[in-house]
Amino acid sequence: MANKRLITFLIPIISVILGLIAGAIIMLVSGYNPIVGYTALWNGAFGDSYTIGETVRRTTPYILTGLSIAFAFRSGLFNIGAEGQVIVGWLAAIWVGLAVDAPMIIHLPLAILASVAAGALWSFVPGILKAKLGVHEVIVTIMMNYIALFSANEIIRSVLTDGATTTEPISATASLASPWLQSITFYSRMHYGILIALFAAVIMWFIIERTTLGYELKAVGYNKHASKYAGMNVSKNIVLTMVISGGFAGLAGAMEGLGTYGTISVMSGNINIGFDGIAVALLGANNPFAVVFAAFLFGALKEGAGEMPTGAGVPTELVDIIIALIIFFVASSYIIRWALLRFKKGEK
Amino acid sequence: MFDILQSIVPTALFYSAPLIFTALGGVFSERSGVVNIGLEGLMVMGAFVGIVFNLTFADVLGAWTPWVSIIAATVVGAIFSIVHAVASITFRSDQTISGVAINMLALGLGVYLTKLWYGKGQTDMVQQPFYTTDIPLLSEIPIIGPIFFQGVYVTSYLAIIIAFIAWYVLYKTSFGLRLRAVGEHPMAADTNGINVYKMRYIGVILSGALGGLGGSVFALTIVSNFSHSTIVGQGFMALAAVIFGKWHPLGAMGAALFFGLAQSLSVVSAGVPLLADVPQVYLLIAPYVLTILALAGFIGRAEAPKASGIPYIKGNR
Repeated sequence: MANKRLITFLIPIISVILGLIAGAIIMLVSGYNPIVGYTALWNGAFGDSYTIGETVRRTTPYILTGLSIAFAFRSGLFNIGAEGQVIVGWLAAIWVGLAVDAPMIIHLPLAILASVAAGALWSFVPGILKAKLGVHEVIVTIMMNYIALFSANEIIRSVLTDGATTTEPISATASLASPWLQSITFYSRMHYGILIALFAAVIMWFIIERTTLGYELKAVGYNKHASKYAGMNVSKNIVLTMVISGGFAGLAGAMEGLGTYGTISVMSGNINIGFDGIAVALLGANNPFAVVFAAFLFGALKEGAGEMPTGAGVPTELVDIIIALIIFFVASSYIIRWALLRFKKGEK
Repeated sequence: MFDILQSIVPTALFYSAPLIFTALGGVFSERSGVVNIGLEGLMVMGAFVGIVFNLTFADVLGAWTPWVSIIAATVVGAIFSIVHAVASITFRSDQTISGVAINMLALGLGVYLTKLWYGKGQTDMVQQPFYTTDIPLLSEIPIIGPIFFQGVYVTSYLAIIIAFIAWYVLYKTSFGLRLRAVGEHPMAADTNGINVYKMRYIGVILSGALGGLGGSVFALTIVSNFSHSTIVGQGFMALAAVIFGKWHPLGAMGAALFFGLAQSLSVVSAGVPLLADVPQVYLLIAPYVLTILALAGFIGRAEAPKASGIPYIKGNR
C-alpha cells in the first residue's frame, strides 16, 4: 500500500523532471546553452520580489481552473470547457464592476459571486445535457468555449463599450488589487485573489472528503450504475458536479478581471487559462492541495519563460513544449504504474 | 441575387476546404475508436510545415511549390499524429488529454521553430500561395459556371473529391468495414481476426495526414504566413463538423460546407441586403450552437461510434 502511494507521488515528479530534461535537449539541439536557459527561467520566476509577485499572480487563476477540472474529474467528468467558463466569469465580474455602484463590502462580493454564477451557468448546459440526454460533455464544453469567446467579444464591443476593444477600468470598490501586496513585491500585479484561490482549494477538499455530496460524487465517478442501484440520484450529481466545476473556473475569470487587469479586452483566440488548467489538474492528480503545487509550478514556468528571450535568447514557447510533454508523460505513465503494480503482484 | 451568389459561393467554398479535409481526418480517427481533440494541433502543424516548406523551396519549385508544400504538410502531419497514436492506443492514456497535449505541443513547437529559424514570431508572406482559377470547360456553363467554377481554388474541389473517396473507402471496401468495426465493437472485431491496434493506428495516422493537409491548405489559401494566430479554432470547428455530420464522410463534408458558408457570410454579409442587419456574432457562433443542438437530438440524433474514446485492452471484457 505504501508503495502504491509512493508511485502516485513519484509519477508527477518524474514527469516534470523528464519534461525539463527534454526541454534541455531541445535547447542543446537548437544551439542554446540549457544551463543559461534554465537560469534565465529561474530568474524570471523567482529572481526578485517583483517576479515572485508576478509568479503568484499568474498562479492564482491556474489554481482555480486546476481545481475546476480536478473536481469534475473526481466525478468522472471531463470539463474541457474551463476556458469558456473563465471568459464568462471574467465578463460577468467586469460587468458588475462597471455597472453597479455600491460600497466595497457589497460591490466586491457581488462581482465575485457574479463570476461564479456565470461560470456555473455556462457549465450547467453541458451538465444537464449529459445528465438528461447522455450527450458527451467534452464536445459540448468545447463548443461552449467558442460560443463564450465570440459572445463575450460582441458584448465588450457593443454593450460594455461603444465599439472599443477594451472596457474602462472597474471602480475601486470592486477591485481585488492590494496596494500592500504590490508594495512588498516592488509593484507587481499580485492581488488578494491568491487568498481566495487557496481558500477554494480548502473548499474543494471539504466538499470531496467531508460531505455526503462529495461521497456521492466520487461514487458516481467510480461506478455510475452501482451508485444508481444504491439509490443515488446520478443525474443530479452530474449536473451539480459540472455547476461547481464551472463555478471554480468562473472564479478564475474574476481573478483576472478584478485582480490583475481590472478590464476585459476583445480576445482574438483562446486565452489558455482553461486549457493549462487541464495540465494542472492532471499533474496534481486531482487532489486539491497537490493542484495548488502544480499550479505554482506551471505559474513559475510560464512567468519565468518571459525572461528566457532576453536572458538566454531562447523563445518563450519552449515552456509550452515542456508543459505539453509533461502532460504526455503523466497521461502515459499510467501504463508504467500498471506495470509496476503488476510486477509487485507477481512477486508474492 | 446572381451577384450575391457569385460573391458568397466561392468564398464559402474556400473557407470550407480546410474544414472538409480536417473533418474527414476526424471521421477516420473517430470511426476507428480514437477521439481526436488534437485536430487543431494537427492543423497547426500542417500550416507550419506548409508555410515553411513553401518559403524554403519557392525558388526551386516555382509554380509547383504550393502543391508540393501541401504534400509535405500531409506527410509531416501523419508522422506527428503518431505521438497521439502511441499515447492513446499503446499507452492507453486518456485520448482527450493526449489530444489536448497535441494541441499545446504543435503550437509550442511551431512558434518555437519559427522564432528559431526566422528570428521573429511570424514568418514572411509566402511568394507562392494558391491562386484562384477558372475551372476549364465547367466555368463556361451559363449561370452555374460563374457561380461555382469561376475564381475558385482548385483545393476546394480536391476536398470534395477526397470526401467522396473517403466515403467509398469507409463504406464500400473491406478495409472501411474493418475500421468501422474496430470503432464499434473492438472485441468482436478482434475475435474475427482484425488487428484492432493496427486499424486504430491507421485511423489516427490518416487523421494526421488529412489534418496536416487541411492546415496547410488553410495557410496557403487564406493567411499566407505562419504565427501563433494562424489557426485559431478551425480544428475545433472541424471537430464540430465531424459530429454535426454524424461521423459520416459526406455528412462531415456537408457540415463543413455549411460552416464555411456561415464563416463566409460573416465576412461578406456587409454587402448583402437582409444579412447586413444580422449581427456578425450570430454567424460566428452558429456552427457551435448547431452542433450542440444536433448532439442534444433537436436536429436528428448524432451518435458516436460505440467504442470511441475507450482504449482497447486485449483480453478484457
